[in-house]
Amino acid sequence: MNDPVVAKRPARPGDTGAERGVAAAPHASEAPIPPTPEAPVTTKAPHVRPGDRIFRGLATGSGVFIVVLIGAIGLFLILQAIPSLGLDNVNFLTSREWNTTDPTNLRFGILDLTLVTVVVALVALLIAMPIALGIALFLTQYAPRNLARPFAYVIDLLAAVPSIVFGLWGLFVLGPVLFPLSEWLIGNLGWIPIFAKGNVNVQLGGTIFTAGIVVAVMILPIITAVSREVFERTPTMHVEGAIALGATKWEVVRTTVLPFGKAGYVSASMLGLGRALGETIAVAIILSTATASFGWSLFDGGSTFASKIALAAPEFNDARSAGAYIAAGLVLFVLTFVVNAIARSIVAGHKEYE
Amino acid sequence: MSTNLADPQRLATPPTFQKVSTSRQIKNGLATALVWGAFLIAIIPLVWVLYTVIQRGFPVILDGDWWQKSMSGLLSKQQGGGAYHAIYGTLVQGLICALISVPIGIMTAIYLVEYGGRSKLAKATTFMVDILTGVPSIVAALFVYTVWITTFGLSRSALAVSLALVLLMVPVIVRTTEEMLKIVPDELREASYALGIPKWKTIAKIVIPTALSGILTGIMLALARVMGETAPVLVLAAYAPFINYNLFDGPMASLPLMMVNERNNPTAAGFDRIWGAAITLVVLITLFNLLATVISRALAPKTK
Repeated sequence: MNDPVVAKRPARPGDTGAERGVAAAPHASEAPIPPTPEAPVTTKAPHVRPGDRIFRGLATGSGVFIVVLIGAIGLFLILQAIPSLGLDNVNFLTSREWNTTDPTNLRFGILDLTLVTVVVALVALLIAMPIALGIALFLTQYAPRNLARPFAYVIDLLAAVPSIVFGLWGLFVLGPVLFPLSEWLIGNLGWIPIFAKGNVNVQLGGTIFTAGIVVAVMILPIITAVSREVFERTPTMHVEGAIALGATKWEVVRTTVLPFGKAGYVSASMLGLGRALGETIAVAIILSTATASFGWSLFDGGSTFASKIALAAPEFNDARSAGAYIAAGLVLFVLTFVVNAIARSIVAGHKEYE
Repeated sequence: MSTNLADPQRLATPPTFQKVSTSRQIKNGLATALVWGAFLIAIIPLVWVLYTVIQRGFPVILDGDWWQKSMSGLLSKQQGGGAYHAIYGTLVQGLICALISVPIGIMTAIYLVEYGGRSKLAKATTFMVDILTGVPSIVAALFVYTVWITTFGLSRSALAVSLALVLLMVPVIVRTTEEMLKIVPDELREASYALGIPKWKTIAKIVIPTALSGILTGIMLALARVMGETAPVLVLAAYAPFINYNLFDGPMASLPLMMVNERNNPTAAGFDRIWGAAITLVVLITLFNLLATVISRALAPKTK
């Protein structure tokens, strides 16, 4: 600041710190410095440096880009789905048919896809939710302090395994292992609709049951990670208060951690649901396609939105047929959008999670 | 207190510390067992999957040819050949995706932390990044398909795959970078402003370098994630059993695509290739994860 060269020279609005090096800038738009007699700061209009303007523009532009991108996804999918929807010869929402081989006679409806998608996701969620809750509690409350981090890393490793590898494992390894259990369930509990004999060969293992279990494994890390973050924020005062009242470890968890983290856990599960709904390749590999429609059994086959699109995608050649799949993709996009939006709004409504 | 004088043995109040009742102890023990059990259950599939991949794929990748040759000219039942073409495809598609995603992701994070504040746009951006995180990879692929192939009439290519991967990578980078920028102390920024340094230079020369290790770790993890994505390559690239260096045109292999393709090959050779590609992919992803750890260690801000 005491640099005589700078002191002698009156500051001009065009001066920027960038041009004169770091220490020799007597004024900056963001950091007002008391004006010295030699260099009176012009206070009329704050001068914005070109560098700042460009940088700010780039940063804001990127933010806008993300917002526009989501809009564009919706827009493009809608625009390209509409022509095919117009050519659809059956009701799009209530038909179980899916036949797009003849572009002049498109017959496609999403009822079966929706049911299979939702049932696979729900099976996955039912399995993953309690286990993820247990893991999140384990990592935040029960695990020895010095082991909590490596253990958390192990759970995150599950997320690093590519979904196609899970799919291959599910089909070739888990499916055959589950076969005796599936057979037993069908044989002994077959009178319950969900355990009834399905529309695909159980021996091949390509059932909703197998797919649900594999997807459950895949959504464990996300549910665990988000729940863990919330559980970790339980106010220490609450925990210490409970301990001071003589609570056992479980009572501490039940009276402080769980009530505090409940909303976060629900939100985490919704995020998991979103993942499960959109899970593509693992389901596409595992689930056997069925000719008969979905009959509410766990041992049915079929297709989810994502698996249907993935299996047909390499053969997209006619815009009208492709439009049918794009319409299915649009429904999936809306479905996951809604689920994710609900999940985020739950967390946003709880200021204590910040 | 006068009543107690008659019986000096009797306590004025019940003892402070009472024995924990059996039912509470049982409940506590049960909860502990369940919570440990949940963790152990989650370990089973991880170990099982990794064991399967290693047991079936490891012999395949021991062959030196695996890393140096493609499947060019081989019949589907012929043993031998390699995954060089697929490794090239996976790496190149990932890198192109990173080249596009990293600037967008980092600039968005900078906007959210340094410029956005509590403005409406910042809130909308945060929300949309969250939504983008949840967009299924098949939807991202379909979107690029509708833009790239049906609207612009371009052909399926590696570049289209990279563009779809961008949609999946950007939100991850934004999230991690945002977290890292938030923990840069405000004192550093203020000290820089006090020296008259413009805001953009403060961000570029002070804030980013301080957070660099975390940002790079996030990029590596995001890269590892997108390399394993299968849906975009399935929709946007055709499989080629030979090496194709051209990003803009023609079929290009990648490891996930190779696995999907070899599933239609019922021979022992096909089986070997599936698991060979699987373990190669897992190895690549592990390498990127390790790289992330190394970078975060090496570049962590010096505390001395």
